[in-house]
Amino acid sequence: MNEIYKTDALIAEDIDAYLETHQHKTMLRFITCGSVDDGKSTLIGRLLYDSKMIFEDQLAALENDSKRVGTQGENIDFALLVDGLAAEREQGITIDVAYRFFATEKRKFIVADTPGHEQYTRNMVTGASTADLAVILIDARKGVLTQTRRHSYLAHLLGLRHIVLAVNKMDLVGYDREVFDRIVTEYRAFAESIGIVDFTAIPISGLAGDNIASPGAAMDWYDGPTLLAHLEAVELDQSADQRKPFRLPVQWVNRPNLDFRGFSGTIAAGQIHPGDEVRVLPSGKTSRVAKIVSFDGELDRAVAGQAVTLCLADEIDCSRGQVITAANSPVEVADQFEASLIWMDEEDMVPGRAYWLKIGAQTVSATVAHPKYQTNVNTMEHLAAKTLDLNAIGVAVVTTDRDIPFAPYAESRDLGGFILIDKLTNRTVGAGLIHFALRRASNIHWQATDISRDHHASLKNQQPKVLWMTGLSGSGKSTIANLVEKKLARMNRHTFLLDGDNVRHGLNKDLGFTDADRVENIRRVGEVAKLMTDAGLIVITAFISPFRSEREMVRAMMQPGEFVEIFIDTPLEEAEKRDVKGLYAKARAGELKNFTGIDSPYEPPEAPQIRIDTTSVSAEEAAEQIIAKLIP
Amino acid sequence: MTIQSLTHLQRLEAEAIHIMREVASEAEKPVMLYSVGKDSAVMLHLARKAFYPSPPPFPLLHVDTTWKFRDMYALRDRAARKAGMQLIVYQNPEAVKRGINPFDHGALHTDMWKTEGLKQALDLHGFDAAFGGARRDEEKSRAKERIFSFRTASQRWDPKAQRPELWRVYNARKAKGESMRVFPLSNWTELDIWQYIHLENIEIVPLYFAAERPTVIRDGLLLMVDDERFPLNGETPVMRSVRFRTLGCYPLTGAVESRASTLPEIIQEMLLTTTSERQGRAIDHDQSASMEKKKQEGYF
Repeated sequence: MNEIYKTDALIAEDIDAYLETHQHKTMLRFITCGSVDDGKSTLIGRLLYDSKMIFEDQLAALENDSKRVGTQGENIDFALLVDGLAAEREQGITIDVAYRFFATEKRKFIVADTPGHEQYTRNMVTGASTADLAVILIDARKGVLTQTRRHSYLAHLLGLRHIVLAVNKMDLVGYDREVFDRIVTEYRAFAESIGIVDFTAIPISGLAGDNIASPGAAMDWYDGPTLLAHLEAVELDQSADQRKPFRLPVQWVNRPNLDFRGFSGTIAAGQIHPGDEVRVLPSGKTSRVAKIVSFDGELDRAVAGQAVTLCLADEIDCSRGQVITAANSPVEVADQFEASLIWMDEEDMVPGRAYWLKIGAQTVSATVAHPKYQTNVNTMEHLAAKTLDLNAIGVAVVTTDRDIPFAPYAESRDLGGFILIDKLTNRTVGAGLIHFALRRASNIHWQATDISRDHHASLKNQQPKVLWMTGLSGSGKSTIANLVEKKLARMNRHTFLLDGDNVRHGLNKDLGFTDADRVENIRRVGEVAKLMTDAGLIVITAFISPFRSEREMVRAMMQPGEFVEIFIDTPLEEAEKRDVKGLYAKARAGELKNFTGIDSPYEPPEAPQIRIDTTSVSAEEAAEQIIAKLIP
Repeated sequence: MTIQSLTHLQRLEAEAIHIMREVASEAEKPVMLYSVGKDSAVMLHLARKAFYPSPPPFPLLHVDTTWKFRDMYALRDRAARKAGMQLIVYQNPEAVKRGINPFDHGALHTDMWKTEGLKQALDLHGFDAAFGGARRDEEKSRAKERIFSFRTASQRWDPKAQRPELWRVYNARKAKGESMRVFPLSNWTELDIWQYIHLENIEIVPLYFAAERPTVIRDGLLLMVDDERFPLNGETPVMRSVRFRTLGCYPLTGAVESRASTLPEIIQEMLLTTTSERQGRAIDHDQSASMEKKKQEGYF
């Protein structure tokens, strides 16, 4: 047992002294990048084993497992220690992210263990997001590989300040210095090309334990630190963040009674003391810190990484999602950004679709434009891309529906890193890193017009509406829409009918039928319909509009109650049987791609305002039902 | 400017507080599962810190089996009162009716009282988020579980459909009927828990400290005869100086022989000991993947 971890003697003789030392330990989080072939699991297993994080019963289970399914013959297979779920163990690979813990005299360590293959890029990104440091493992026999470049790129992208190049399996190359030097030189050239300015290279053997906790006897030519000594010495982000200006994203407003109002959150950067001047964003209001409240009494100061509650001297508005900053060094506020995106969902990104964007404690609605480019994570080449699929990384413009306080990711992970959430499935579908703001919201002004939308509507003596008909191709939307418009016209209502086919001949003739184009098609129609309601019209639309999220997007554009979703409900068999335009036949024959209901999905409305069952009523009756619902 | 390096315990504390505030802000009806063990004690203490001077904005839920140690029931009621929180005690009515017990019913005991009881209690009150004190260092399948762990409307856990968790940004959105389990102590180790209890002077059940207690040995487990319901098959309980490293139903929880009667002595013993914490629990013994299977079925 190496003395760097802990001294049994001290524990046995003077437990109080031991506890005193150990309660002052700091904590480093790191990620290991590499594959099982590079000896990654063996390295982690050794760190746990050497630091006595493995108990006798676990060791017995390990020895048992090693004989049964291990790859090291009669020897202990350390890799089995860090393999997790049963399903994965059977496949002989680790997937997902697993967190491991060990400690030395100076620090506690949390290791994020992620798989190395390209299909697990999202897992590595997840592990790296909370890490201070990355250990990039290289097999000394193989040198710098494609995966080495990919891992380094991802670690750098996620803003890790410390990179360790651990050249493993030195025992298998005779502890040869030249091999090590050659690999380091090659790696340095690559690292510099992607902007990594500094890294620490260490020759190790995970199997033999060389330069892990103690120097390798066979490598006296190496005079740098051992891996553990280095992990114990690097500066923590939590310390570095304290030198930056103060930032506190407000998580929760603490109001136990009328006399107390505190703002709770985790300090993202800087330090704070009672009396410090602060500014609340986006409002820009300023105040002073009256006190820093805690369960253990008031504090003289608080620093980055602490979860605190501040009371301000003035009664200013401040709620969850806002950011309290140093008064003389506020963050920016904007609603459009350029950002790097990492796509994490099986379903491709849909440009133009509205997603939830969560940054700090704030959740807003946001759309992502077509990517400017996608980065090939193996070669760092920029490729043209229409969308991003699982594990793809690209750069795109993100637009939020309101101003948000932010900082570039390079300055602050807390204020520059966001996740994207699908509005229907609630899955976390992507992660984003803000580069910079494209427009500051304060520069955009609405042109004020003297004749208001209410005025337009009152001249026509009607309430503007959008009658949104959705349903499969051939369900009868256009026919019914046409009848509804005729009936309304007879009642002296001012209407306009936007029909799917007609719009595609003009406004949207540049769009096809991919998911992304369908979204854009509906977005444009929504904007046109909105202008028409501003003009006071009753707008009738007849579009397949297959996706719920886009229909909801259009609803959100309108005034409350203005959008009426009408589901023209015709079962697929029925629509296909009618096949008025002969399109289903073509789609079945493979001549039409992305045809709704055949090879492109239709998401029926869950709670439409009006549902028309076309198998039981005629088009004429349907139109009457709609009118009756609208004008009772 | 002087830089203040936070200790590992301060950082773990901040992380747990951050998680609790996030849930309090985003969940509609959160609850904290309280099992009266040392991890629950730490979790409750952190909740009081997170929302001070307000009391934690959620109740405590104890899914009771009626077979806990008497000392546990006493501390449970006292701790809830001290925190100014509502305490909900739930006992599966069917288990009560059928008199399910660990002596006659084996695995059914855990299944009905705990797994089923928990599901029923969450459904009954409509809780959509439940804090639990599980840690990733406890068992292999937990090492990969998220801090925010989703359960389907039927309370099942799907290890393949876990959401990525980046930075300190947690996605707490869910559909109606779905719920989440949230583990603020995910990154704590057993040693961290003990050190924190020591440093913060947190009250824990006296059973963690060694004392003379009436015991019998069964199936390799050293069991304490906590009340007259323990059927003695001709055995005579022997007074031994024992303590517990983990607490559950007393007929299922193995004690260790020990003289450690202070926290530093417990920590000392723990550091010098050579068997892992859960070994005292009969539940994990069957097979190494048993916990994962139980979790998929809805065990916490």
